[in-house]
Amino acid sequence: MELRRVEEFIFRVLMILSLGIVMISLLTVIGVILWKGLPAINIDMLTKTAEGGYYLGTGGGILNAIIGSLYLALGGTVLAFFLSIGIAFYLQKEYSGGTKLADLTRLSLDILWGTPSIVYGAFGFTILMLLNMRASLLGGIIVLTLLELPIMTRAMEEVIKTVPSELKEVSFSLGATRLETVVKVVAKQALPGLMTGVLIAFGRGIGDAASVLFTAGYTDRIPTSLFDATASLPLAIFFQLGTPLPQIQQKAYASAVILLMIILAINITARVLSRKYTKYIIK
Amino acid sequence: MNIRRLKDSISSRLMLAATAFACLLFFFMLVGLYYRASPILSTEPIFDLLFSKEWSPNAGKFGFFPFIMGTLWVTGLAIVIAVPISLLSSIYLSEYADSSLRAAANPLIDLLAGIPSVVYGLWGVIAVVPFIRNIFAPALGVETIGGYSILAGGIVLSIMVFPIIISITSEVMRSVSQDLREVSLSVGATKWQTIKHVVLRKAKPGIFAAIILGFSRAFGETMAVLMVVGNVYRVPSSIFDPAYPLPALIANTFGEMMSIPLYDSAIMLAALLLLIVVMIFNILARMVLIKIEKGVI
Repeated sequence: MELRRVEEFIFRVLMILSLGIVMISLLTVIGVILWKGLPAINIDMLTKTAEGGYYLGTGGGILNAIIGSLYLALGGTVLAFFLSIGIAFYLQKEYSGGTKLADLTRLSLDILWGTPSIVYGAFGFTILMLLNMRASLLGGIIVLTLLELPIMTRAMEEVIKTVPSELKEVSFSLGATRLETVVKVVAKQALPGLMTGVLIAFGRGIGDAASVLFTAGYTDRIPTSLFDATASLPLAIFFQLGTPLPQIQQKAYASAVILLMIILAINITARVLSRKYTKYIIK
Repeated sequence: MNIRRLKDSISSRLMLAATAFACLLFFFMLVGLYYRASPILSTEPIFDLLFSKEWSPNAGKFGFFPFIMGTLWVTGLAIVIAVPISLLSSIYLSEYADSSLRAAANPLIDLLAGIPSVVYGLWGVIAVVPFIRNIFAPALGVETIGGYSILAGGIVLSIMVFPIIISITSEVMRSVSQDLREVSLSVGATKWQTIKHVVLRKAKPGIFAAIILGFSRAFGETMAVLMVVGNVYRVPSSIFDPAYPLPALIANTFGEMMSIPLYDSAIMLAALLLLIVVMIFNILARMVLIKIEKGVI
């Protein structure tokens, strides 16, 4: 066999090994979490808040963290949606396309996209100090809005870009304003794709721990107002795992399974939506 | 002016406001963190802060050197593990694999990107740390602090970096024109020679950008690393040592920092450092990727 064929063979083996490592590491992450977490889940876990002492009681469940996470991520996603959809439309040709502002905004969003969430946490904390606020649901929602904004906007922009410009031109030629075109033609055409962007950002928001660590706080109770501290699933995992008590660690495993399930559900829905989207694209 | 035009003009101003906000948000973060970090910057020159080894907030000593070294060790190890594995995987996926394998692998890689970092951290604590403590370290005859080490951090982090490098590299390789490959094949090169001498050479800037983006992700990753790396304050000297990276420092000291003078300022300086490093790497990588997209490279 020629030397170059031997080399090719060796590299092919290495490539398959590498891909195997990537796939197996994913499966072990999910497998280990399920193996540890599934036995820890029971009805009490899902329907009761933590009991038996401030912060890390052994009794009860993790309902406070589940509800808290949903409040935080929903609030952040809704706010980020209204900002993102405006920005994503504004970056198109009929508004600011091709100008310096559009390029600068894209660069800024790309940098923000790569900014570590702990930096968002620190920045969120300075905002809270400035407003004289304590760690609260509102603080968490604000910081998650900022965290989700670049992810959602970039995803939406990519989708809107694929809407054929002929559609817009037809709409303009019938005398529609930019707003009418954007809302009734572009948004309708891009809807499944836009929803995918929203879901991806929601998944990022609900899974992030570092940013809400100082801005949302942690509590055993379900928050009743925007100014209450609130628990969240990622922080529940982090704090509960850090204790020496096995009962509390069980709760951390259960929290991880629930978080993983939410992420899986989001992932699958986003996939289905984007498939639907590509089907309706007019080429 | 009729009502439709009025609506259009109001909405476009609102959109402009949102866009300006996004454009300036990064600037706000920079200024906000700098403002909070400035008290400590005015007491000591930045050079002394970054290269001093002494960290005792009670005595007013804030030396970041051990944290910076901790960050570099963990990030470096993660990149050393992740780069070859993810590059080989993405070459296989984009050049050799048939479409059914690709269709099966891509959703899994997306999923890998979407798993929250604290879940990776939990996995590290349940699986990686005990593995190092019970099997790997004894086999090599080295001491660890219960398995919590740079090695554990590097392994967990490298898995989190896989999807970033793989997805960007695959995209870059897909953008290399098919004609180039065919020319190389037609002069008798094997597939691997074509990949090595033509595709990879053409894709080099993009692959470089992918690695930089992976690096910047690893650099700022907090929770997963914090949970497995040991958080012992000293300058590490091997991968079996524990480390205390900058993001972990920020996360761990937030509760107590308000009670000691200048402590909060030092923590904000740490956040500012992270932001600036990540910004530089991001701008570099994005510039390369934008050029590729426009067909300049």
